[in-house]
Amino acid sequence: MPNMNMVQSVNSALDNMLERDSDIVIFGEDVGYFGGVFRTSDGLQEKHGKHRVFDSPLSEGGIAATAFGMGINGLRPVVEIQFADYIFPAYDQIVNEMAKVRHRSGGEFWCPVTIRTPAGGGIRGGHHHSQSPESQFTHTPGLKVVYCSTPFNSKGLLISAIEDNDPVIFFEPKRCYRGPFYGDPHNVPTWKDHPEAEVPESYFKIPLGEARLAIEGDDCTVIAWGAMVHVAEQAIKESGISCDLLDLQTLVPWDKDAIVKSIEKTGRCVVVHEAPKTSGFGAEMVASIQERCFYHLESPIERVTGWDTPFPHTTEWDYMPSPSRIAEAIQKTQEE
Amino acid sequence: MVKKETNSIHVPDAPHRPGDEPKFDEWSYKPEDLELLRIDCSVEDAEKHANGLVRVLNDNHEAKGEWDPKLNSDELILGLEHMLRMRIFDERMMKMQRTGKLSFYMRSFGEEAVAIAQTMALKNEDWLFPTYRQPGAQFVRGRDMVSMICHCIGNEEDNVKGRQMPVHYTFREGRYISVSSPVGTQFSQAVGVALASKYKQLDEVTITWIGDGASAEGDYHYALNFASIFKAPVILNVVNNQWAISTHSNFASKNQNFAIRGIPYGIPSVRVDGNDFLALYSVTKWARERAGKDLGPTHIEVLTYRAGAHSSSDDPSRYRPKDSNSFWPGGDPIERLKLHLIGKNDWSEKLHEELEHRIDAEVMEAYKEAVKFGDLANGPYPSSDAIFTEVYEEPPWHLLEQWDEMKRWRDE
Repeated sequence: MPNMNMVQSVNSALDNMLERDSDIVIFGEDVGYFGGVFRTSDGLQEKHGKHRVFDSPLSEGGIAATAFGMGINGLRPVVEIQFADYIFPAYDQIVNEMAKVRHRSGGEFWCPVTIRTPAGGGIRGGHHHSQSPESQFTHTPGLKVVYCSTPFNSKGLLISAIEDNDPVIFFEPKRCYRGPFYGDPHNVPTWKDHPEAEVPESYFKIPLGEARLAIEGDDCTVIAWGAMVHVAEQAIKESGISCDLLDLQTLVPWDKDAIVKSIEKTGRCVVVHEAPKTSGFGAEMVASIQERCFYHLESPIERVTGWDTPFPHTTEWDYMPSPSRIAEAIQKTQEE
Repeated sequence: MVKKETNSIHVPDAPHRPGDEPKFDEWSYKPEDLELLRIDCSVEDAEKHANGLVRVLNDNHEAKGEWDPKLNSDELILGLEHMLRMRIFDERMMKMQRTGKLSFYMRSFGEEAVAIAQTMALKNEDWLFPTYRQPGAQFVRGRDMVSMICHCIGNEEDNVKGRQMPVHYTFREGRYISVSSPVGTQFSQAVGVALASKYKQLDEVTITWIGDGASAEGDYHYALNFASIFKAPVILNVVNNQWAISTHSNFASKNQNFAIRGIPYGIPSVRVDGNDFLALYSVTKWARERAGKDLGPTHIEVLTYRAGAHSSSDDPSRYRPKDSNSFWPGGDPIERLKLHLIGKNDWSEKLHEELEHRIDAEVMEAYKEAVKFGDLANGPYPSSDAIFTEVYEEPPWHLLEQWDEMKRWRDE
């Protein structure tokens, strides 16, 4: 199997799907001729034609609205919002329109659109190239929300998202496009030789709604998504404690069975995300876990998250959850 | 801090408020003023039409000028009948609302020609992406009135299953796309609908409407830019009915011309008398031909007047002169087409009255049929299971859990 980084695996998923389904069109800012600012659609216009892979005006609201219209009229658009921070002009179209059209029309119209968007920090992007706004979409019925973390799952999940007949917001952790990120900005490896970088060139799917057990252990369940999966992996090593690491992959609908099973085994839990703490998806996790697993819990659930502040520029390493912060939280769950 | 001797923020005033004599500019526009545009006209060619007003019916109700669509009397009588049906339907539904039989209602009063003439000018495979002020298009596409009333009641037969407020129709069979409350969103979406038809290389055109008020939303501008850039087969109408609830159109456009806004976007744009059935039909047919011949979008300002309240929750006497609609220089669309037909000896007051009675009976009959499927006070309503269905194609586990919980409370 070829070794791919996450740019290549996303590109490969898009390529496979363009090949398989003539109803798929791809558009967004810089995605056509240039192949995207992160290069995820590189070469696709040349290969599949200008009418299938094209640039759009700089208008996130217009991109979402156009995708909506195409979606209800029989196409399966896959659009890119260049940075998740810029998705908000499209928020009305996503939340009030895409998410609700199947319901509001009594099932007469539906909107099989996938919105791909690079999210998260770690690239010195400051306030507006670093945010991770997943919880602003998980709160909207009618949307599915996916957050990939590796070359392998980005491809398998993206293909499932595209084939899904409901609108899917697909977050790609931009810090991990070219390598897994273990929380040390001075030592960023590439995907080379990483087992999750072995990606089939051909079509394959990872079902939405299933978490990935990235590490198996006994004494604590660490739940993470996006770039934090790798930071959590490093933290588990540093903590010296045997942990299950669950890469959530799909946030809506999240994998209840995998989480319950793991917590029933470990009795302890840490939830990690880089988005701000207040009303973050971690809060949903913690609340749901105590609803379902209260009598299996041996200690309070810990949350390690970004702060409730705007995302900083040069000081981002003091903002993002670090392996040490996560490791301390894991240790804390063992105390009681 | 140095203060300047100056006025504070400039806030426009409406031209007339309660107690004022309604003030409308005199119309000097004549049907002969504007030549018929070639379908492949340049943007500059259309500029005159964006600044002027395309009319066909003159002050004596005769069809004049190059824009006369030369419809035969059967077609015109059908148009008249649909408009009358819309008005009588609205009057009945409004009475139902006032007596507590509907939760809410919105009339098309004074604007009946807009959806009806424009939809009649299209082909049946063309997509309609309306606001709540174009339900009349459904009559043109043959929707059963009983099913429309069932939707407005929200009873067991409501095809959107009690999920949306009245007048938010969906009618896929007639290619009438689901109405949404957030104003303006459909305008930019319609460009996507049109581009999908183009991608599939089908001879389909999409028409959409937006109000003067909502044209201040970003979606309006997204639509014009995307339509122009991607040469979408779409007809973009701004229905300038002068009022967005209580806000006058001078809050949406400083210069009070909406048509002209299409010109810098590179879209041929015209302004049309929205109460002139023939002019509306003609301009729309022309725009349809343009789109069908791959000549791209057309932008149309439909100049009309919201003769009634915004909705059943609105009381316009609080913010505009009473009966201001009777001063509107464009008159009433039904009256004008009626007088035109009478002038041609194709119609009479007597036939008109008979038609009114026939439609009134038809509406009452339909209402009686509709309440057999449930009325607002007593139901039966759609099953509340419909809260959980069609949120997704298949309900995920968390919806199934909550659905069970709802059923436990509902059914115990």
